[in-house]
Amino acid sequence: MERVLRLGSQKAAVIFSTSSCCMCHAIKRLFCELGVNPAIYELDEDSKGREMEKALISLLGRGPSVPAVFIGGKLIGSTDNVMSLHLSGHLIPKLKEAGAIWL
Amino acid sequence: MLKKQRPSCRVSFLHHQHLIHYPVFNSKSSGQVVTSDPLQFSNFKKKQSLASPDIAHSAKIVGPQRLTPQKGQQPNLVSLASVQFENWGESTMAETSPRTDTSTDVDTDDKNQRFEAGQSAMVVASDSSDRSKDKTGDQKTLRRLAQNREAARKSRLRKKAYVQQLESSRLKLTQLEQELQRARQQGIFISSSGDQAHSMSGNGALAFDIEYARWLEEQNRQVNELRAAVNSHASDNELRVIVDGIMAHYDDIFRLKGIAAKADVFHMLSGMWKTPAERCFLWLGGFRSSELLKLLISHLEPLAEQQLVGICNLQQSSQQAEDALSQGMEALQQSLAETLASGSLGPSGSTGNVANYMGQMAMAMGKLGTLEGFLRQADNLRQQTLQQMHRILTTRQAARALLAINDYFSRLRALSSLWLARPRD
Repeated sequence: MERVLRLGSQKAAVIFSTSSCCMCHAIKRLFCELGVNPAIYELDEDSKGREMEKALISLLGRGPSVPAVFIGGKLIGSTDNVMSLHLSGHLIPKLKEAGAIWL
Repeated sequence: MLKKQRPSCRVSFLHHQHLIHYPVFNSKSSGQVVTSDPLQFSNFKKKQSLASPDIAHSAKIVGPQRLTPQKGQQPNLVSLASVQFENWGESTMAETSPRTDTSTDVDTDDKNQRFEAGQSAMVVASDSSDRSKDKTGDQKTLRRLAQNREAARKSRLRKKAYVQQLESSRLKLTQLEQELQRARQQGIFISSSGDQAHSMSGNGALAFDIEYARWLEEQNRQVNELRAAVNSHASDNELRVIVDGIMAHYDDIFRLKGIAAKADVFHMLSGMWKTPAERCFLWLGGFRSSELLKLLISHLEPLAEQQLVGICNLQQSSQQAEDALSQGMEALQQSLAETLASGSLGPSGSTGNVANYMGQMAMAMGKLGTLEGFLRQADNLRQQTLQQMHRILTTRQAARALLAINDYFSRLRALSSLWLARPRD
């Protein structure tokens, strides 16, 4: 858990993913489109991946463990949350605030 | 005796436009001749053949009939003939044999009637050289002409009615075929397996189709109510009630789609529950929010600055989200293809290593499972775009927006119907 939280705060934008997850791919593409350069951690390529996955599940409450997005060290959530934020126009301001996008 | 110019002259030319020149017969026997129009016919001696070798059998000409016979003239064979016959390809003069009727408009009935009438008219005409006889003869032929016209008209109406009937039957047939196909798809599930789970999933698609049809009906009813309210200048409060109702109704369909996607994700992705034209624009099981917003921006003006910015941003965000999901889907397709293609294909095939094959299939199954997730995200996108739009706009603007959206999809559905009913050779 600490690992997850620590890694989640190390950069302005962090995405926890698995290499085979296509929804993660979608979120990565979205961030790329927005001009963000997030830190990406593939759980299936990490030795501690299993534990991190469990931690994320408990953090997210329900649904898949990945993708899990942190912005400015704070957990934003999974795809649902990211999409909602973006449509309501709050994602970009948050990213700017965290310094993930340079205007 | 002056013949009235026939009001419903039809002159149609085919590729090789033969202008038909009829000889101006010598003045001894003929009276005045109308010469301005090459299509018009001059009087001629009763015994002379009308048919000039030039008659193009494929040309349909109805000559205008302003003919001015003079006193003591022989009857206007020409006028009779030309008034009577719409199709010059069919020469019914005594001396020439009737040709094949190339017109598709003319019923055989018509042709025969006219032919007969023509003959009798000719007989009548050629008999009399006497003025009084002319009169009765003319009267008889006049009556016959009128009868002919009436018969021809009735025939045309009958034919039109028949064709219309055929068209609507064809449309009905296509619709029935579609329903049958759909039912068969589900029917196979239902009939072949008594297993509850199977029949449930089989019913999932059919059940959704029925739910959707019901939803659409209710949608139309609500939209009509909204339209009436807007046109009658209802108050904002009244409008808000209806608008909120429609928004909630949209929530219903998204919920239903979610349930159906769990039962049959491929049916939902296929969009088979939509009409063909709608399916043309299908994106991940539904409409594209960004396109809808583009449509609205032009129809919603004037918008306040803030609102315009809001809607434009929303359009851009939804487009970005759509693109992201599309790319995710592409990755899924690619991944699935790679999974199925891994190992050996071809002659040695899957018999090589059963364990591998099973492993492959298991992985592919797992990937397919993510489809439902994509569909859900796409629907969420659509739902939230509508909700955001509702939030940004005023009640009145939202009302107009909902009407515009509904009109657009109605037209798309109407287009599908027209397309299905189109005449085909």
